Amino acid sequence: MATSQTSSWARHRIFETNSIILVLGILAMISVGGLVEILPLFYVKSTIEKVDGMRPYSPLELAGFNIYVREGCYVCHSQMIRPLRDEVERYGHYSLAAESLYDHPFQWGSKRNGPDLARVGGKYSDDWHRQHLRNPRSVVPGSIMPSYSWLETTPLDAAHIDEDMRALAVTGVPYTADMIGRAAADLRAQASADDPGAADMVKRYPKAVARDFGGDKGRTTEADALIAYLQRLGTLVDFKIYDDKANIR
Amino acid sequence: MAQNPSSVKTATIGEAGLSVALIGLALLSLLIAAKAYTPAFAFHAYLFAAASLASVFVIVNRYYKRDAGPVPQLIGDRPNYNMGPVKFSSIAAVFWGVAGFTVGLYIALELAFPSFNLDLPWITFGRLRPLHTSAVIFAFGGNVLIATSLYVVQRTCRARLVGDLAPWFVVLGYNFFIVIAGTGYLLGITQSKEYAEPEWYADTWLTVVWVVYLLVFLGTIWKRREPHIYVANWFYLAFIVTIAVLHLGNNSAVPVSLFSSKSYIVWAGVQDAMVQWWYGHNAVGFFLTAGFLAIMYYFIPKRAERPIYSYRLSIVHFWGLIFLYIWAGPHHLHYTALPDWAQTLGMTFSVMLWMPSWGGMINGLMTLSGAWDKLRTDPVLRMLVVSVAFYGMSTFEGPLMSIKTVNALSHYTDWGIGHVHSGSLGWVGFVSFGALYCLVPWLWSRAGLYSLKLVNWHFWISTIGIVFYISAMWVAGVMQGLMWRAYTPQGFLEYSFVETSIAMHPYYVIRAIGGALFLIGALIMVYNLYMTIRSPEASSQPEGRPVLAAAE
Repeated sequence: MATSQTSSWARHRIFETNSIILVLGILAMISVGGLVEILPLFYVKSTIEKVDGMRPYSPLELAGFNIYVREGCYVCHSQMIRPLRDEVERYGHYSLAAESLYDHPFQWGSKRNGPDLARVGGKYSDDWHRQHLRNPRSVVPGSIMPSYSWLETTPLDAAHIDEDMRALAVTGVPYTADMIGRAAADLRAQASADDPGAADMVKRYPKAVARDFGGDKGRTTEADALIAYLQRLGTLVDFKIYDDKANIR
Repeated sequence: MAQNPSSVKTATIGEAGLSVALIGLALLSLLIAAKAYTPAFAFHAYLFAAASLASVFVIVNRYYKRDAGPVPQLIGDRPNYNMGPVKFSSIAAVFWGVAGFTVGLYIALELAFPSFNLDLPWITFGRLRPLHTSAVIFAFGGNVLIATSLYVVQRTCRARLVGDLAPWFVVLGYNFFIVIAGTGYLLGITQSKEYAEPEWYADTWLTVVWVVYLLVFLGTIWKRREPHIYVANWFYLAFIVTIAVLHLGNNSAVPVSLFSSKSYIVWAGVQDAMVQWWYGHNAVGFFLTAGFLAIMYYFIPKRAERPIYSYRLSIVHFWGLIFLYIWAGPHHLHYTALPDWAQTLGMTFSVMLWMPSWGGMINGLMTLSGAWDKLRTDPVLRMLVVSVAFYGMSTFEGPLMSIKTVNALSHYTDWGIGHVHSGSLGWVGFVSFGALYCLVPWLWSRAGLYSLKLVNWHFWISTIGIVFYISAMWVAGVMQGLMWRAYTPQGFLEYSFVETSIAMHPYYVIRAIGGALFLIGALIMVYNLYMTIRSPEASSQPEGRPVLAAAE
């Protein structure tokens, strides 16, 4: 009995005496799982569906997204509402794959030290957000969020926002040359209440709201961009007309 | 040829080539610094330039001091081991470990008492948390892995490391990556991919370093004077190769400009989520598990002076582990917009993963057969063995949490944080400490550690710290998960989010105390290792420390 077993175990010798075969064996073993789980996601309907209302970020929202990323907001806030009763009642309709279609990278998060933000857009006023960023505990007693008071005193540096959009276009975000060319003007238009270019900007970015997010005329700060981003979150898809049967997952 | 004293000294291809490459990198860095979009990126470019020029200076200096011929491969009949880079990495591991634990304690205090954020951008929780995770995983853990792998591969192959400058390039280049990554987080340079936050230029640099690391490791295996590749080296190879694949896949990005630190990941949304957790879970599987299992397979048998329990189990363990781990990523994405079939696959493989994990644990623990008494007398061995016990515990907890219904409660809560820390403090931390306690006396040729009593103190203080930490997080996590889904009899959600947050306060304080105890233990280790290195060299080299035979 022992001899027959020994011979089959002895076949493992080829891996133990030849490092290249060992490396190839490792590569083969680790390839299977990743390929099976990742590749279909580029073809399966529920993960590539187009949903009415979704559009790429406007330049101001994109600048806000980048501040969200820079400050590590994803460390404490998820943007992924699970289809569980309490979550849907607390935060709103469960999140769709299409709603993070233009997030490079995704911001679903993994830990909730604070609430989910997938549908925070429109739930609070700009003033509330400004006060909350300045001093979270002044509007939410007991909150453990850090203060981000410097955001409203730091002017937004968006001099290269068109290059950001060009890089995103390379990854597949449908920014047109026109959108990229007008990035700076569109950003300015969205950040003020009475810019003549606002109507034109909304044509490129439907549902984008142009207003003075900071309440300080003529000055666009990092807080303004971040608030513009937060106010957009979860507002683009109209769930009154969304057909959830079209996207069984 | 080396014996010929009159041979003319010339620069090797490595010395000349690396110097030229580094001068080129310095010039490129200076150009980038001059045109950088942000001061933070200019700062990093200057760091690259300074490090490159300093390296060229060191290479030239070394050239003038060295002998004309190549370093001998053998001294007498014994391999002329290259332990300099191993020593450097060992000390770096201790340094980064203490730094990473300290930052961890600080962010624990930030969660308990938000005023610790001090209203300063650089030290908000959002920026310090990646600093903590990267410092403990990649700086501490990474240096432990590099140090032990370069030690083990030489010993088990009975061959000097391949390359003259290459091993130094690996350890110094890797630690330079850590500096770039860490300072970047503080300055707000991040791509917001968990455990892969460094931006495109740091990732590119790491890729170069990692390829050299793989070549040094493989090259040394090719030179081996042993018929078999020892089992620890299988695990090290799986770790190095897989981390390279994961790193390239997850960090594929389009930089905004050569002069901008910013880039955009090519993946988006649900595809990016899957790629991220394919990476993220296997950073756990191959960095924090396969690499440290290699440590287990070398250091436990060495310290216990027993052969590995079962050769066949190590074969099954190895292939089973690396095959199954890769599939487990989707359990981080239960109930998300990821398709159900992918979630179910992730759950199923996570549960199956329990088996090879425990197979490995059994192989490690049973290696003590016939030497269990040493647990009473040798606190270093006890640390190694308890680390394997923690490994068994967290690899049971992991599959449990990957079950969808359990995950519905545990996900997004501190249960996850507790789970991670039972693995990282208990398993990775303790097995690393055990390895360092073994390695330092061996590397510096000391008869033994300065004090075994202090190891004992380290062990107990840190163990109590871990227990505080993980039990606080279990209670906090389960409680918050239950509070989120609690309903009043009238059918309304019972708690607002912030009420569940306030309820966490006492547990966050207990967690911080646990973290402080763990840090105190590590500081005791620093003192002990420092005193060991300062103690006089052992009079007789531990002659012919037997090299382990292939596990058979």
